[in-house]
Amino acid sequence: MTLAEASYPEDLKYHPEHDWARIEGDEATLGITWYAQDSLGEVVFFEGPEVGSEVSKDQPYAEVESVKAVSDVVAPVSGEVIAVNESLSDAPEAINADPYETGWLVKVRLSDPSEADSLMDAAAYAASLE
Amino acid sequence: MTVEQSVLRRTPLFEIHQEAGAKLVPFAGWEMPVQYDGIKEEHIAVRTHAGIFDVSHMGQIEVEGPGSLAFLQRLVTNDVAKIEVGGAQYSLLLNEDAGVIDDLFVYRLAHDRYLVITNAGNHTADLAQFGLVARDFDVYVRDASANYAMLAVQGPNARRILEHTLHVDLPPRMKVGARQIGRRPALVCGTGYTGEDGVELLIDPEIAPAIWTELVDAGVVPCGLGARDTLRLEVCFHLHGNDLTTETDPISAGLGWACVEATGFIGSDKVAVLRANGIDEKLAPFVIEGAGIPRQGNPVMLGEETVGEVTSGTFSPSLARGIGMAYLRSDLAESETELEIDVRGKRRTARVSSKPLYEKER
Repeated sequence: MTLAEASYPEDLKYHPEHDWARIEGDEATLGITWYAQDSLGEVVFFEGPEVGSEVSKDQPYAEVESVKAVSDVVAPVSGEVIAVNESLSDAPEAINADPYETGWLVKVRLSDPSEADSLMDAAAYAASLE
Repeated sequence: MTVEQSVLRRTPLFEIHQEAGAKLVPFAGWEMPVQYDGIKEEHIAVRTHAGIFDVSHMGQIEVEGPGSLAFLQRLVTNDVAKIEVGGAQYSLLLNEDAGVIDDLFVYRLAHDRYLVITNAGNHTADLAQFGLVARDFDVYVRDASANYAMLAVQGPNARRILEHTLHVDLPPRMKVGARQIGRRPALVCGTGYTGEDGVELLIDPEIAPAIWTELVDAGVVPCGLGARDTLRLEVCFHLHGNDLTTETDPISAGLGWACVEATGFIGSDKVAVLRANGIDEKLAPFVIEGAGIPRQGNPVMLGEETVGEVTSGTFSPSLARGIGMAYLRSDLAESETELEIDVRGKRRTARVSSKPLYEKER
């Protein structure tokens, strides 16, 4: 099942490629937005990057796949991967059901915290989808 | 994109799909539902209960007249003489080089009257070929696509619900019967593309919305083309455009069983040679051993050597694995052979399997 209604939490920062970042100090949790998972359909496969690898702002770092399509996941910020959501290998559908909490993808240690300033807030992101 | 969409054709059920919130996509020149609530759920509904598909984009060609049988024997690969009145048969339309123009169902409606079901994307090419060959026969060929909406009702409960809801007596598997549905003449065919029991209804486009709604209200699950694709691939039914093209031949595709060269069909000489001399490549189904979903166009690898190409690939909801079909070097197209698929730069282990990839427990 997917989350029926669009939602874009206020405490997140958004990237135009439909990715979000929850920034806490010099760390960030990353994932894909409600819009991204809705466009993709039921996610059946996610394979994250290795812990210790680097992700670069605006560059793809992983793929999510639905039955019909594969989609790149773009990093909204740069940093070193410090955790990957392992539960998604057995239950990738969490990305649809709960894209902002249990459906998170990776956690990174930010290499340049000022990058977050270029991201959109929830209102700006929601407006960009109109 | 905008220009393309403005010329897309719509089936009589377009408004119903739209109102139901289906995701509509361009497909073979038509604007078709790819999914309603989700491909996995729809897939499982057809495997365990009953689903309904709008396949009104598919074409129909009527063939009538004293030369019908001789004409079809020349035109399509299977032995049309074997179809009794009220029977159905799978067949191929080939060019002179034995390339596959389309794969078809031929229904015999009367002694000298047949209805051929075509794929939407090939309908125009099929009509051209039918027209060309018809010159040599005493036969009347007509594009009947506008006369029919086509609904596929599939799944273990499909027949029961249909009989109960539409009060119609259904023909057995691979048979076709003329019936009344919604007080209009209709054709009911014991065919499908899912590996489940069920029927396909050819009905008056005007009554299609009412029939669809009645069946959905009776509990049949609306399904899109996404589930149709995963269902057919699990049971290794070919998809023209993927597994069959004018560049592939029936023998390599594993469809030698649908070719009877003695009937003298166009391309039969070439098919006879391929059958006798053997083939370099063979279409084989496979299952991905661990993670990964193969997709059309992925190379198949044996070490560093490319030994084939994936023509259909998806995630199988029944097996919860990546599955597909690929043209493989013939010596490798044996069940249990272990190969690798290059999925966007990542090697995924694949095991060649026997058909079908999914089989109901009996």
